[in-house]
Amino acid sequence: MTPPQAGWADHPAALALAGRHRVRVWEPIPWVLALTFYFAFPKHLGFGTELLVTILFAISLDLVLGYAGIVTLGHAAFFGAGAYTVGMLAKHGIWNEPITGLILAAVVAAAVGLGSGLVLLRTHGLTLLMLTLCTMALLEEAANLAHDYTGGFDGLDSLPIAPLFGVFEFNPLYPKTQYLYVLTVLFVCFVFVRTLVYSPFGQSLTGIRENMLRMHAVGAPVRGRLVLCYALSAAIAGVAGGIWAQANAYVNLGTLGLDRAATVLIILVLGGYGRLYGAFIGAVAYMVLSHFLSKIYPTAWQLGLGLLLVVIALFARNGILGIAEAAVRRLRTPHATL
Amino acid sequence: MIFGVDVASMLLGGVAAGMVLFIVSVGLSVTMGLMGFVNLAHGGFAMLGGYAIALAMKHWGLGFVPALVFGFVVTAAASVLLERLLYARLYRATELDQVLFTIGLVFMMIASVTLLIGPENQPLALPAILQGQINLGITQYRTYSVVLIVVGIVIVSGLWLGFERTQIGAQIRAAVDNRRMAESLGINIARLFTITFAFGSGMAALGGGLGAEFLGLDPQYALKYLVYFLIVVAVGGLGRVTGVFYAALLIGVLDFVLKKYVPQGGTAFIYALTILLLLWRPQGLFSAKVT
Repeated sequence: MTPPQAGWADHPAALALAGRHRVRVWEPIPWVLALTFYFAFPKHLGFGTELLVTILFAISLDLVLGYAGIVTLGHAAFFGAGAYTVGMLAKHGIWNEPITGLILAAVVAAAVGLGSGLVLLRTHGLTLLMLTLCTMALLEEAANLAHDYTGGFDGLDSLPIAPLFGVFEFNPLYPKTQYLYVLTVLFVCFVFVRTLVYSPFGQSLTGIRENMLRMHAVGAPVRGRLVLCYALSAAIAGVAGGIWAQANAYVNLGTLGLDRAATVLIILVLGGYGRLYGAFIGAVAYMVLSHFLSKIYPTAWQLGLGLLLVVIALFARNGILGIAEAAVRRLRTPHATL
Repeated sequence: MIFGVDVASMLLGGVAAGMVLFIVSVGLSVTMGLMGFVNLAHGGFAMLGGYAIALAMKHWGLGFVPALVFGFVVTAAASVLLERLLYARLYRATELDQVLFTIGLVFMMIASVTLLIGPENQPLALPAILQGQINLGITQYRTYSVVLIVVGIVIVSGLWLGFERTQIGAQIRAAVDNRRMAESLGINIARLFTITFAFGSGMAALGGGLGAEFLGLDPQYALKYLVYFLIVVAVGGLGRVTGVFYAALLIGVLDFVLKKYVPQGGTAFIYALTILLLLWRPQGLFSAKVT
């Protein structure tokens, strides 16, 4: 065994690893596009707000699914927990200031995530899948039963959300404020998640995903890391749910449903999971397609979506971003043999 | 006396529902136990089979029993095709890929049926002999429920015998318990899986047809009852015929009783119970497997 060379820190691999977290030149593009959208399509800001919330929700799922490798079918449980926190506090006149409302939503969702994560994450495979699904279904049923507080099947509408900073009103018909507000929250949460996944904590999550046994062997606190990651992801999902409730001024059982959980999973996989920006690409591709197609041809949309999922699972496991990465790699090494 | 009759009739209804749950879910349990394949499209096979049965009766005037046989054969054949062409590519894939693939397949099944046949509920007319009431000595009861219970008992006995007493049953049990070891002993797992997959899908079709009378039959069937099938499999344990049977009866009776007395909170109770059972025995209530 030879000792490390004197200049080993200059080795290209070491440099690449040490510089992984640096901001790339193309990374501001999504944010510039989002701001352009605000000025270019003032009539579609409602759609834009929905899109940004979906991106935020997909990012929260990326943390557990893409980085920690926990396959869950029940992530909407946390979205719903956040949405109902904001909705119930506002409807019953307890609290309606938006920013602190979001923090409360995050805290409640994180508590749900921590509680369920502590018990659920002891299992794996089908059992874990079923447990996440049943937890979400249980919350949905609970929200349905407690209709005195949650509005039951009809949900809560016309939530009286206070103006942002006491100045900017949330107008459901002309959602200028909502768009910028959601964009800002998305940016803050994204910076947090980006920092997290490049931190030693994030690296250990990737390690757990790739080889749990080995992580146990090197002494990493696997369970604790997974539970913490699950709770953090739940908190972000709760923020997404809370902000959705604030922007739309209503909350309903759909926020806790399997439909929403499956949709966000599809979006993330479509874009490419474990990649941070997969959530952006997937949400834009899915929402734009569904916006135009699902209303005109709902059945054909479902057929196409199913076909797309089958094709992705069989041939393109890394989603749209994975295809793009492969194409870039091919272009950079034109003489590489297949 | 009246109370006893009430209890008896409720148990009969619940057991009949449990039988249908068992017939649909047993294939899912065995294929999941065998290959570890998370097949969320299983409810889709039950839906397709139910449609094949209902349409064969409506358009070709087939009797109920020949139509059931027809549905079994058609669905089993279709599932072999899908298994060889698509499922086989994903045996070594991650759980997530399997989940996505089978969700996509369910979506395609639902959309195709909606496009070709329509979104409305398909009525399935039972033959006259199966309608009406039957005298059971202590109480009058719906003939069809009694028939379902008898059919279910026949099927579970047949499956149990096939599982415990035939060579292929022994091979399946060996493969569920230790797949690598079974492969080393020369058992052809891929062929075994194709056979069990086809058989399981055929059974799902049978369940779709037999249960259409009270579960209904529309394109959304594939997703609507999927959670129930999965709960039965998870609680019963993977690859266990008897476990799935007991779990199906438990869930069937509970669901029937709760829907009657607590129409509001019944479903929530089943979810809560499932969570507790799975936390207590993650491998399923009736599984001998310890990991």
